Amino acid sequence: MTGLGDTIVVTINLAAVTTVCLVVLATPLAWWLSRGSGLVRDMVTAVVALPVVLPPTVLGFYLLVAMGPNSPLMAVLQPFGIRTLNFSFAGLVIGSILYSLPFAVQPIRNAFEAIGARPFEVAATLRAAPWDAFWSVALPQARKGFLTAALLVFAHTVGEFGVVLMIGGAIPGKTEVVSIRIFQLVEQLNFAGAHLLAGGLMVFAFAVLLALLVIERRIGRAARD
Amino acid sequence: MKRAGLLALVIALSAGPAAAGDVQVAVAANFTEPAKAIAVAFQRKTGHTVTQSFGPTGGFYSQIQNGAPFEVFLSADRDRPTRLESEGHGVKGTRFVYAYGALVLWSATPGFVDAKGAVLKGRYDHIAIADPASAPYGVAAVETLKKMGLYEQIAPKIVRGVSIAQAYTFVSTGAAELGFVALSQVVHEKGGSRWVVPKSYYTPIDQQAILLKPGEKDPAAKAYLDFLRSPQALAIIKSYGYEVK
Repeated sequence: MTGLGDTIVVTINLAAVTTVCLVVLATPLAWWLSRGSGLVRDMVTAVVALPVVLPPTVLGFYLLVAMGPNSPLMAVLQPFGIRTLNFSFAGLVIGSILYSLPFAVQPIRNAFEAIGARPFEVAATLRAAPWDAFWSVALPQARKGFLTAALLVFAHTVGEFGVVLMIGGAIPGKTEVVSIRIFQLVEQLNFAGAHLLAGGLMVFAFAVLLALLVIERRIGRAARD
Repeated sequence: MKRAGLLALVIALSAGPAAAGDVQVAVAANFTEPAKAIAVAFQRKTGHTVTQSFGPTGGFYSQIQNGAPFEVFLSADRDRPTRLESEGHGVKGTRFVYAYGALVLWSATPGFVDAKGAVLKGRYDHIAIADPASAPYGVAAVETLKKMGLYEQIAPKIVRGVSIAQAYTFVSTGAAELGFVALSQVVHEKGGSRWVVPKSYYTPIDQQAILLKPGEKDPAAKAYLDFLRSPQALAIIKSYGYEVK
């Protein structure tokens, strides 16, 4: 199996970059969603949750077209010499961000909501500016939500298949990730290689889920103490 | 092509003549369009219906090995049916070449691909091919590039589709500027630009059909394979840019 190292590196890079981008992007969104209710927020919540119910091929298809050279979105980038974002690492990051968005927004939003209004009222009485209250009250108290979100996004991106299949083009060292490699190995009847990678992913997924449970328990206990 | 598909649907939905069977056929992606047309003609002639699955040859091979219920396999190569036969998944002595595939360099942009394929040395970001590890048209594409002495240089620009169908999707959406696809996919396409790769550039793509074990006792499956060799079917196959014996 040549280039297996490359494939694993691309997979980890993709998951890491996606995780960082998503936590940053999801935080303000989750904050806004947690600070009220109403039709607009419900609609945004539904849009964010779409990737959970839609087949990845739907997202992959729209992305293939939207990031293609005939798309008005790409017309903006063409002066910079970028024809398409398909088949590029950046394109995969965009796809992964959309695909894993609910897995980042939901835990962070839940964590923000769990804080309740009281700590912020206290912060306000202590004359903390809203921005200050966000930094010194909301973020520390929601750390479990952030950890959960980061772990879920990382794991979900590693386990992504359909979107990458539609827009990746399986370029070794650039857009070929582990899940795609497994698919190819099965098609090539290289079951030994497929077993190796599939088994590795199983262990990885189990470790992530176990870590989530342990974190949940630890932080829960710390909060009670 | 669209009308043939619609017709197939209409026929599939209407009740066939008495004692009509159903054949489950696994069709290599490149043969999708002719297979649809053949199914329509076959149903009209025999009353048997055809349930078709389209996909990459390598994928079907693994599925058949693992007990997929296909009765007939129209492969994109000679290798997989041969292996299926020796492994006992195919019925001995039922293999034959139903078409010789042709490779074409195609772009959705008119005037982009020239008559000699010199565009390959020119400027572009992405060239789509089918995955050479599982799709024979992918192998032919790589052979062509090597024959032209361009493979090393072009390799970083290659994007691989799961099957020749996905390679075609990449090119037709413009996501890749050009790509190696099956002539059958673009033979009825008026737009774009193309270079039909000379036969001497790649190992002949002799596409073989084989009767699989689940279809051994099904008269409809046998009838389908007989029909595939009939002048009527051969005419359809030719009209899609394949060569026949």
